[in-house]
Amino acid sequence: MSFPWAKEYTPTTELGQWMDKQLPLPRFIYNSVGAGYPAPRNLNYMWNFGSLAGLFLVIQIVTGIILAMHYAANSEIAFDSVEHIMRDVNSGWMIRYAHANGASFFFIALYMHIARGLYYGSYKAPREMLWLLGVVIYLLAMATGFLGYVLPWGQMSFWGAKVITGLFEAIPFIGKPIQELLLGGFAPDNAALNRFFSLHYLLPFVIVGVVIMHIWALHIPGSNNPTGVDVKGPQDTVPFHPYYTAKDGWTVGLALIFFTALMFFLPNALGHADNYIPANPLSTPAHIVPEWYFWPWYAILRAFTFDFLFIPAKLLGVLAMFSAILVWFFLPWLDKSPVRSGSFRPKFKMFYIILVIDVLILGYCGGAPAEEPFVMISQLAAAYYFAHFLIILPLLSSLEKPEPLPNSITESVTGKPLKTPAKN
Amino acid sequence: MVRIFGILIGLFFSGWLLVSFGMGAVEYISNPPAETAEHEFHKEAKEISFTSDGPLGKFDRQQLQRGFQVYKEVCAACHSLRLVAFRNLEEIGYNEDEVKAIAANWAIQTPDIDPATGEMSTRPSLPADKFPKPFANNVAAAAANNNAIPPDLSLMTKAREGGAPYVYSLLTGYTDPPANLPEANQPGPGLHYNPYFANLNLAMAPPLAAEDQVSYSDGTKASINQMAEDVSAFLIWSAEPKLEERHQAGWAVLAFLLIATILAYLSYRTIWADVKAEKKKKAA
Repeated sequence: MSFPWAKEYTPTTELGQWMDKQLPLPRFIYNSVGAGYPAPRNLNYMWNFGSLAGLFLVIQIVTGIILAMHYAANSEIAFDSVEHIMRDVNSGWMIRYAHANGASFFFIALYMHIARGLYYGSYKAPREMLWLLGVVIYLLAMATGFLGYVLPWGQMSFWGAKVITGLFEAIPFIGKPIQELLLGGFAPDNAALNRFFSLHYLLPFVIVGVVIMHIWALHIPGSNNPTGVDVKGPQDTVPFHPYYTAKDGWTVGLALIFFTALMFFLPNALGHADNYIPANPLSTPAHIVPEWYFWPWYAILRAFTFDFLFIPAKLLGVLAMFSAILVWFFLPWLDKSPVRSGSFRPKFKMFYIILVIDVLILGYCGGAPAEEPFVMISQLAAAYYFAHFLIILPLLSSLEKPEPLPNSITESVTGKPLKTPAKN
Repeated sequence: MVRIFGILIGLFFSGWLLVSFGMGAVEYISNPPAETAEHEFHKEAKEISFTSDGPLGKFDRQQLQRGFQVYKEVCAACHSLRLVAFRNLEEIGYNEDEVKAIAANWAIQTPDIDPATGEMSTRPSLPADKFPKPFANNVAAAAANNNAIPPDLSLMTKAREGGAPYVYSLLTGYTDPPANLPEANQPGPGLHYNPYFANLNLAMAPPLAAEDQVSYSDGTKASINQMAEDVSAFLIWSAEPKLEERHQAGWAVLAFLLIATILAYLSYRTIWADVKAEKKKKAA
């Protein structure tokens, strides 16, 4: 798609015309990230995290393919093969630290991107499919991150695999067979490591596939923007190239500065010391915690400490943990407010800020040991989390009176006084 | 419909969490968790700095050699260093001949197959060999050490919270148990009190027991603190031998990225100049 005023791709060289007739790949690029894709002129820096997530996905795939050339997915030698990469492979330490920290930066980009979508109502019509595909990408990224953390076969790899696959055990009747199917045995061992490696190599390419659909779905309605008001005409847009390629370009540099500062100077800051101890099924680490990007969900899992009638607490925790993310699939239909941007919804904005703090608190509790007062704090924070999405947002969309919207993007950019409230 | 179901599910989850919170809080108030002796007596690692600290950190090779000497003469009797090869010692300043001599004269020989008979045997180590393990296997290691297997030291400073300062604190932290230590936490037979160890009692006997336990060839006074510091520095190197390369590469990468990012920012400003000018003009 494109707006009617989008520039038409016109190849000037003979080769270009020949190519355009046979395989219009340059036309495709031109219309998706080139001058043929008009984007709202008022996108703020929160709109830069999509391209940054793409950047870190590419970094993960490239470094991951190189690591796979030297890594051995065998429980006897996996740990030592990682140390071989660190010590004997030329620049192997750099590739591995880039991969280990790249995962964290991929998730930072995803979380900022999701937070942007939540605040500016990017999940609302006509972008529901775009949002749904985004949630799928996030779920796939979580699976990939978990599988990858198992591969070095350290203590936290092993016990993480045991705890996470153990969650499936909580499902009545079919839980145990599912867990055994996932592990290829009764406990994590060589069979589990092999299939985890295979899937860890597969899933990133599935993510790429869904990312392509995500970007495709983006190009049908075009980007949302900080006002949430639809694009009304050419004056509201600028061509993606060179405007947003330049803006994305410099933040790529900025993100890489943060990324390399961490990976070269504090490469193990986000990891766990226990994972430099080889996996030992006979010795349980004092605190089993997943990687930081799973902490909020881990806190929700552990917040359920009491059985509800015949439902055991563990099963409740598992259901709640998955529901906490699956609720995002229903978000476009839970929040029916016609106004997209949180900037014009004063009450929504307040609850949104509480939600952000709430998730940070959940994250802190998820990384802390499972003892008081962290469990009680998690319970309050998890209660708000579910209330926010399932109770507050549905009620708010009928109760809240939004502020008047600007008539157009251009009007909001040029700062002229707002006149009549425009229909979105 | 979605909203009605959503509200019901939300009420269930949030409601049950609040009920759980209430029951947990009652339990917490009526029956507060007792403070454990581990929590009360455990100490955080001592403050100590190493030349390899920070983004500009470099190894002090003289210190690494002293630390290696401590490993060789004290730790190696029980602790393996299985991920490090003799040839790696060239990185801490030994020359090729010295490395050959260290390998050949190492107290434990490298296991191999006798080329004449095919029987298992041992031979003097070569620079390409990894450091041979002091015990043939974990069973032998446990049997010789009161059932506690001495851990491999290759990655020790990365495999413990607190890193090298923790290793230093542990080595210098042995004391007599405090008078008010509960009975249950008193060191049992074969255990030694050390407040820097997570559960306070450690199977390892104080390894650095006396001054001048090793005699440094560079004339440094071998106090217990000095030996502990040196071997901790050596273990930073054994865990992260590429640390200096990493720091150097990091600065080169950052310098490049800084220039590239400034250029990219300036081109962004240039490209957007007309749009921003239009915004200003209209606003005025």
